Amino acid sequence: MADTLYRSQVLPSDVFAALPEGLSVTIESHVAMAGLRLRDLAEVLNTTPPVQPNTWAATPDGQMVWLGPDEWLVTSRDQQPHELESTLREAVKERGGAAVDVSAQRLSLRLSGVLARDLLSLGCSLDLHPSVFTVGSSAQTALGMTNVVLLALDSAGEDYRIFVRSSFAGYLADWIVDASAEYVN
Amino acid sequence: MQLIECPWCGPREETEFHYGGQAHIAYPETPSELTDTEWAQYIFFRANPKGLFAERWSHSGGCRRWFNAVRDTRTYTFLATYRSGEPQPEVQS
Ligand SMILES: [Zn+2]
Repeated sequence: MADTLYRSQVLPSDVFAALPEGLSVTIESHVAMAGLRLRDLAEVLNTTPPVQPNTWAATPDGQMVWLGPDEWLVTSRDQQPHELESTLREAVKERGGAAVDVSAQRLSLRLSGVLARDLLSLGCSLDLHPSVFTVGSSAQTALGMTNVVLLALDSAGEDYRIFVRSSFAGYLADWIVDASAEYVN
Repeated sequence: MQLIECPWCGPREETEFHYGGQAHIAYPETPSELTDTEWAQYIFFRANPKGLFAERWSHSGGCRRWFNAVRDTRTYTFLATYRSGEPQPEVQS
């Protein structure tokens, strides 16, 4: 019987069970995410928000992703969504910044393996070669027919994180499974 | 398909962008003093040149920032893109 899907679990747990060798996708549930707006830059969570477009920076337990000249997406593995939101808000409110919990907005998928870059290139128009899109790179772009935030986690093109809007996660999962069919021997 | 250079993100597929009409139209300085005709001019009337045209574009599929571009309406060639607030660059078609 099909899984019952909830806001906190928007994909069936076995959706990526049958991917070909050299490709794996993990559903990273329970990642807290917050939107951060800040003009007057300051260190937040011991991390200076990256000002270079298309990059991300590591925080002690997550990532800070450039979304715009005054906008970042902050993720946390250890903090609860409301904790992350209030920690960030405390850090930036004196400077006129804002932090909003957006944990339910996107699902985090970890795509890895020697086929990972090849698979992404089937639905993404960016140059993902590691000499261009390497560890620390990010992009808000289209994958298949949906918008994603794509992060490079290594410098070999074999480890990526994809943030996809929860309501499009089912579509993207189907797309990944479909696109990977050509690698099945 | 062509690439459009977002002033923040760099070159991206055209499908990531949305069009926003003529650029550099200033909001009236004294709106309360405008006649209906002047309001209509401000709201509805736009240039429609054959050739270079400064336009607003939004990188809606990416950083979601508005920016400006100079495009040749005859060829659809983008000759320059620049951030909001920056002056329109001099370009030749
Ligand atoms: Zn952009």
